[in-house]
Amino acid sequence: MSTELLKLVAGSNQWWALTPEITVACAALALLVLEIFLPKEQHRFIPHFAVVTLVMVLGSVAVTFEHAWLGEQLFGGLIKLSQLGQIARVFFLLSSLLVCFLATICLPRTRMPRVEFYHIVLVVTAALMLLAQSNHFVMFFVALETVTIGFYILVSYFRDNALTLEAGLKYLVLGALSSAIMLFGIVLIYGAVGRVEIDGVVHTGFEYGVVADFLRHNPHNFLATAGALLVLCGVAFKIGAFPFQIWIPDVYQGAPTPVTAFLAVSSKAAGFAVLLTLVLNVFAPLSAVLVPVLSVLAAATIIAGNLAALSQRNAKRLMGLSGVSHAGYLLMGVIAALSVPAAANAVWFYLFTYLLASMAVFGVMAHLAGADDTHQELDHYEKIARERPLLGAVLAVGLGSLAGIPPLAGFMGKLLIFVAAFQAHLYGLLAVAIGGVVLSIYYYFGWIKAAWFETWSLNPAGSEVSVRPVTVPSWIGRTVLTALALATVLLGFYQEPLTSWLMK
Amino acid sequence: MIGSNAQLLQLAIVIPLGAALVIALGLPKRFGTKLAGAAFTLPALIALWLWAQYPAEGGTGYHYLSSVDLGLGSFGINLKLGLNGIALPMFLLAAIVGLAAGLFALRSQAERLKTYLLLLLIMHGGLLGVFASVDIFFFYFFHELALIPTFIMVGIWGGRDRNYAAMKMTIYLTVGAMLSLIGLIAIYVKSGANSFDLIELKRAIAAQGLGAATQNNIFGVLMFGFGILVSLWPLHTWAPLGYGAAPSSTAMLHAGVLKKFGLYGLIQIALPLLPEGAAHWAWKLALLAAFGNVLVIGFVTMAQRDLKQMLGYSSVMHMGYCFLGIAALSTLGTGGVVLLMVAHGLSVALLFMLATSIHHRTHTFDLSEMGGLAQKTPVLAAFFVAATMASIGLPGFANFWGELTVFVALWNVSPWITAVAVAGVVVSAIYGLRAAARVFFGQPTEALQRVTAAHPPADLDWVERLPALILLAALLFFGFYPKALSQPVDQALTPASTLFRSINHHR
Repeated sequence: MSTELLKLVAGSNQWWALTPEITVACAALALLVLEIFLPKEQHRFIPHFAVVTLVMVLGSVAVTFEHAWLGEQLFGGLIKLSQLGQIARVFFLLSSLLVCFLATICLPRTRMPRVEFYHIVLVVTAALMLLAQSNHFVMFFVALETVTIGFYILVSYFRDNALTLEAGLKYLVLGALSSAIMLFGIVLIYGAVGRVEIDGVVHTGFEYGVVADFLRHNPHNFLATAGALLVLCGVAFKIGAFPFQIWIPDVYQGAPTPVTAFLAVSSKAAGFAVLLTLVLNVFAPLSAVLVPVLSVLAAATIIAGNLAALSQRNAKRLMGLSGVSHAGYLLMGVIAALSVPAAANAVWFYLFTYLLASMAVFGVMAHLAGADDTHQELDHYEKIARERPLLGAVLAVGLGSLAGIPPLAGFMGKLLIFVAAFQAHLYGLLAVAIGGVVLSIYYYFGWIKAAWFETWSLNPAGSEVSVRPVTVPSWIGRTVLTALALATVLLGFYQEPLTSWLMK
Repeated sequence: MIGSNAQLLQLAIVIPLGAALVIALGLPKRFGTKLAGAAFTLPALIALWLWAQYPAEGGTGYHYLSSVDLGLGSFGINLKLGLNGIALPMFLLAAIVGLAAGLFALRSQAERLKTYLLLLLIMHGGLLGVFASVDIFFFYFFHELALIPTFIMVGIWGGRDRNYAAMKMTIYLTVGAMLSLIGLIAIYVKSGANSFDLIELKRAIAAQGLGAATQNNIFGVLMFGFGILVSLWPLHTWAPLGYGAAPSSTAMLHAGVLKKFGLYGLIQIALPLLPEGAAHWAWKLALLAAFGNVLVIGFVTMAQRDLKQMLGYSSVMHMGYCFLGIAALSTLGTGGVVLLMVAHGLSVALLFMLATSIHHRTHTFDLSEMGGLAQKTPVLAAFFVAATMASIGLPGFANFWGELTVFVALWNVSPWITAVAVAGVVVSAIYGLRAAARVFFGQPTEALQRVTAAHPPADLDWVERLPALILLAALLFFGFYPKALSQPVDQALTPASTLFRSINHHR
């Protein structure tokens, strides 16, 4: 290697560009250090440290949102700074912040150690941000595995509960399987592309740009196509697309509520961030194969998710399965993005509305969860609207937004995706999606009904069973929940704040 | 002057929604009811003012135009408000019925009155927005804004079977709304205008035209989508059930105004933009409406024993006339539908209100358990009989002019269908008069005597008389002076006459 080349490589190692990720990771380590050095009675401040760090990093990313180095590749092509990467950073930081908020409600009910939880959340957050900006299959895989391993621990965090342990095991086995499939796909692509020398620099089939170039010239290469499909299978596991949605209900039910929210929002969004990059930038030349495969996948996902959710009475399973159908609508947006560029923005808009609405619903669920976190039935929501009107209202707004009822933000997300799908001529898929939305009204509305409409039961004795202690929201809880609900309503009327920022 | 009127139009929509927001933020109850009262009254005054200010030679275009970008301008979505000759009567209808429903709700003994008023205000704001929107996205958006509170109000404050009714309404109306949304998106995409603005869409489609197949498909989707919302037979079953269970003010606003959304959409959007599609579907629509809505539902209505269910079915039946007027594909028919929509909205709202007043006195909706109420409550009886007469379409009431013009327009298309439709009037006279007779005349039944002995029925007090008077006065005013409505409608439809002539020429 010549000296000049070494200089070039060293020059691209711009550590400063990864300040948000590094700060979050260091904060994660600092939490552990704090636990050792702080006296025991002050341990309750440690979660606050995590929250403050996240808020500060979020603020700094927002301030430096449009820096001058967008589009540059760092670390010899491992990372690519981009507009989408910045959006993803904001998304994951916001989501983790809300997960920490949920954890402050749920964790004190158990006797589990608390600091580790926040530690892992922060590590996963850093990895998620890297994942969304990766430009290289090695970086991609390492970041993805860091996320996944973090989730293995988080899912079975309440290890005194049998269902939680079962969920952890299921997630571990199926997650490992999907990682193996994805790795196999990456290897196939690597094998097909091989090593190429451009301007005296050797590039391998791990780099996105090289793979995209190769596919552009060999769109019919069987090995590379097979590899691409296998990689997408791995991503489909993350977003819970059919037929990889099998793990979702059990894992969502077993996982602690904050982790369920983390899985539902961040893990799913990470899958879509990766999917958008891969499908639009890397695998786009394979669209002749990708569009039919992804279309069938999207249709099956919408149908499977909605049908399975129809008969659910457990709140967490319902959130999981309805989340599957949301993955289907989002997949539709990804397919549309192949021919209509605006659809990528629509997908992110949808993800943000989904973040707000889901976190609002999970926030209410966290307050209602009793001692057994896995046992959250819709029947427990009876009388909520009367006894805790705030929780009832936030729940109704969140569920309404998820169902896509105007004038809430979720409707705008669905509308933008549907318009994009129409412009991309995905009529069949659109018909399936409309059917799915109508089905989803049934179960979301059933949940609202359980909370708001009074039902009289024949046996008054039955009402004793449903009396469960509801955690009274603290002022922070009230503020956060109100903010989430208000944001959901306002974004339905006035989208300027989000669109001006997403569509620069 | 025009500028300030445009702001008044915006204000009319903002007032109810803003009042709802203030109440939601925790206004004490006694201020809440006062604020709600003002928020129901002001839009009605604004609507009357705008109607008085509407130029006599209003022409075809929109007046009081204003446009606000809410962040989706790049998608061609702007909050563009304005009124044309078709929208003006509907806007006025929404404001008047909203005022009556609001006044009635203020004095109702509903539990959690503040929440009830809040939802009603959102519904009212949505309704005013629907008819003031020039942008078809917001046209849809405001409709949904009005629809969601309906479900909630039926579910919480409803009567018998409210849970089932709320669920059924939600699912049916969501399907209808979704279909309409797809149709509207299809128009947006296919027109190539890259805008949801109806004026832009008209211009773009006039410039390049849509293919016949495209028009047929989109009109079909819109016809069934809007049709579900307007209770087109056989997709009507949500309506009697929902109205039977809904609290009175909700039923007044939904049956009186919100239901007209679909018809208004067909007239304002589908007919001018998709004339060939309309010609393709007109016969099928006419057959469904004549034999389904008018004839079948007419007989079903005759068999009802529950007063509120009967009113629900009768409103389904009257929607049949509106569909027939649209299917006639002529300026006369379309104009007649606008008159009929206003008249029916006023009369059905009055009937639903009075039905609740009757229930307060008899504690039942069952027609076979009532009788002789006129001796105790003559004013109530007079109002109810007048409303029934209006609903049947007697001269002197606004309904008469609407039905008459529709029948005349229909004669040019098919005398046979006209005969069916006119036969429907006889059917509606039978059930209407029979219901009035059962409730107010004859001897009171034993069951009713027990109830009236325990709670002696009082006649209508001023709280109930005021909204009833507003509605009845409007019915009579438009009955004796229909020109007030027909002039703007007629002018707005002038360019459509050449359109209709060319379609009918091809048929």
